[in-house]
Amino acid sequence: MEELLRVLTLALGELLAPATAAYALAAIGLNVHFGYTGLLNVGQAGFMLLGAYGFGISTIAGAPFWLALLVAMAAGTLFAVVLGLPTLKLRGDYLAIVTISAAEIIRMLGRSTLFDAQTGGSAGLRGGDYKGSFQDLSFLPDGRTMIGPLEYLNNGSDSWWTRLFAWSLVVLALLVVWLLTRSPWGRVLKGVREDEDAVRALGKSVYSYKMQALILGGVLGALAGIIYVLPGAIAPDAMGRTMTFWVWTVMLLGGAATLFGPVLGSMLFFFVYMIVRAGMRTDLMEFLPIPAKNVDHVAGVLVGVTLMLIVIFRPQGILGNKKELALDAR
Amino acid sequence: MPDEKTVNENDAAAGADEHAASETAKRAGRDLSHVAPEVGAAKPDAILTAQGVQRRFGGMTAVDVDYLEVERGAITALIGPNGAGKTTFFNLLTGFDKPNQGSWTFQGEPISHKSAARVARAGMVRTFQLTKALSRLTVLDNVLLAATKNPGERMFASMFQPLWAGTEERNKEKALEILERFKLDKMRDEFAGSLSGGQRKLLEMARALMTDPTMIMLDEPMAGVNPALVQSLLGHIQNLRDEGMSVLFVEHDMHAVRHISDWVVVMAEGRIVAEGPPGSVMQDQAVVDAYLGAHHDTDLGDDALLDPEVLARLEAEEEAR
Repeated sequence: MEELLRVLTLALGELLAPATAAYALAAIGLNVHFGYTGLLNVGQAGFMLLGAYGFGISTIAGAPFWLALLVAMAAGTLFAVVLGLPTLKLRGDYLAIVTISAAEIIRMLGRSTLFDAQTGGSAGLRGGDYKGSFQDLSFLPDGRTMIGPLEYLNNGSDSWWTRLFAWSLVVLALLVVWLLTRSPWGRVLKGVREDEDAVRALGKSVYSYKMQALILGGVLGALAGIIYVLPGAIAPDAMGRTMTFWVWTVMLLGGAATLFGPVLGSMLFFFVYMIVRAGMRTDLMEFLPIPAKNVDHVAGVLVGVTLMLIVIFRPQGILGNKKELALDAR
Repeated sequence: MPDEKTVNENDAAAGADEHAASETAKRAGRDLSHVAPEVGAAKPDAILTAQGVQRRFGGMTAVDVDYLEVERGAITALIGPNGAGKTTFFNLLTGFDKPNQGSWTFQGEPISHKSAARVARAGMVRTFQLTKALSRLTVLDNVLLAATKNPGERMFASMFQPLWAGTEERNKEKALEILERFKLDKMRDEFAGSLSGGQRKLLEMARALMTDPTMIMLDEPMAGVNPALVQSLLGHIQNLRDEGMSVLFVEHDMHAVRHISDWVVVMAEGRIVAEGPPGSVMQDQAVVDAYLGAHHDTDLGDDALLDPEVLARLEAEEEAR
């Protein structure tokens, strides 16, 4: 029983974890791409890694916090423009191929010895080197605070301050996306998602709308990258294809083209993921023939199976509209 | 080539079944009645002029139009058998395809190398043969999307509702009026994907109308439409002209064309083979050849045709086709 409570507490902690917020924010960005505009971005981790590098490297170079934040956003914008310029005029599939390879290029460049001085190669950047300016911003008193079963330091890496900042950013992103998608601008995006040519025939320049959406989602991805590395370190190999794949799972789980889908998806995903991993390690699950060292792999397999099941049986996600989906017979 | 008198008679005959036609229609009919029915004929008030347009796919020349003028305020039909290059020509004119050579002007302005969106903004708006209803948008949103000059469609302005709420309200009124006219107002909150084929055609037309076009380009508006709806569709097309818009439409069904068009342009194998008023152009030898490809080698003056047996056989073949 005690063990069960421990697992539950761990899982509850995941609901508020900075990584959960980071995935939620990245999925909000991906939702702008895929859910609202129909852009197949299969390299969201690339935007995140670039954001993390942009923030980390400029902070280490001496930039104040807000400037470093702007650098990360600029990096996301630039990446979106570079990827979008050649591909947004082509059919959707091309963007998918380009984004997945470009994200890998960013990771490979990051871990190569080429920019060792800036990126720290495959070892990455130590958190302590770039977290100072962020932690100095905190207005919370030092000490520990316990809310319900969760107890963290007020300030520091894995702290209430990090959580407060991360989730504030998520709320802000939700507000912006809500304002944008309820507007005529959002309607054009949805039109582009349904049929580019029809929108073109009505005199809208589809290319520039797609570019705007790609940039917006990319900037949100870059910000998500910052949140992701604030409690830890920048390790390029932790932000590769698997991360992109998880962001997709999170978005599809919650429901593409819904406002709160990405947030709900992220919370649910990490809650269940923790229960599965921690649960398989408890004595209660001794009857399972899974040695402790394989628990993470099995959990990874379960994530993949979940993604498949969502796409097959509930492609509209948890918050999606069934009626809307029934029409998608293209 | 028939002389001017025949043309006038034909036109008058065509006009007779359109007793409801308005002043504009009569004007267009009158203006075109003096135009010689020959390929490349100059029109009294051309809105669209194309010159030397060619589009090749590999070794095949899909479109090869020497010269074409389209009259303002009239319904011009572009007909021809399947594979004649009508839709390709249409795609070129509307910026959805790029020509290998050639140019055209719309209202005196060269638009041959403009993007589809800019062509539409210039006032030439098209619909599609395979309808492009934006399925997961409501019917009303489909039409609202078409409104032009909406400040809320700019990314930063869109975040501040007061900047666009007024425009949106006016657009909504206009959209509802248009939907009412096409009898789609009851479906306003349904997803466009749940409409029938004919209703989608109407929705596309409503959407095009929302942009306040000068010229409306309809790609096979009657294709795949329930016959019961065809009549009302034809009526809507005539209304567009009666409101002063120029209409160019592609169609391969000659009968629909007859009733509503003021001028007919016939394409075959990429070229324009005939032009003229609907009454007389169908009798043009080139048109007969293009449409009756199966018997194009049969000499219509052949004495064998007088033989009832041969005639019956040809007729049976025609029936079977």
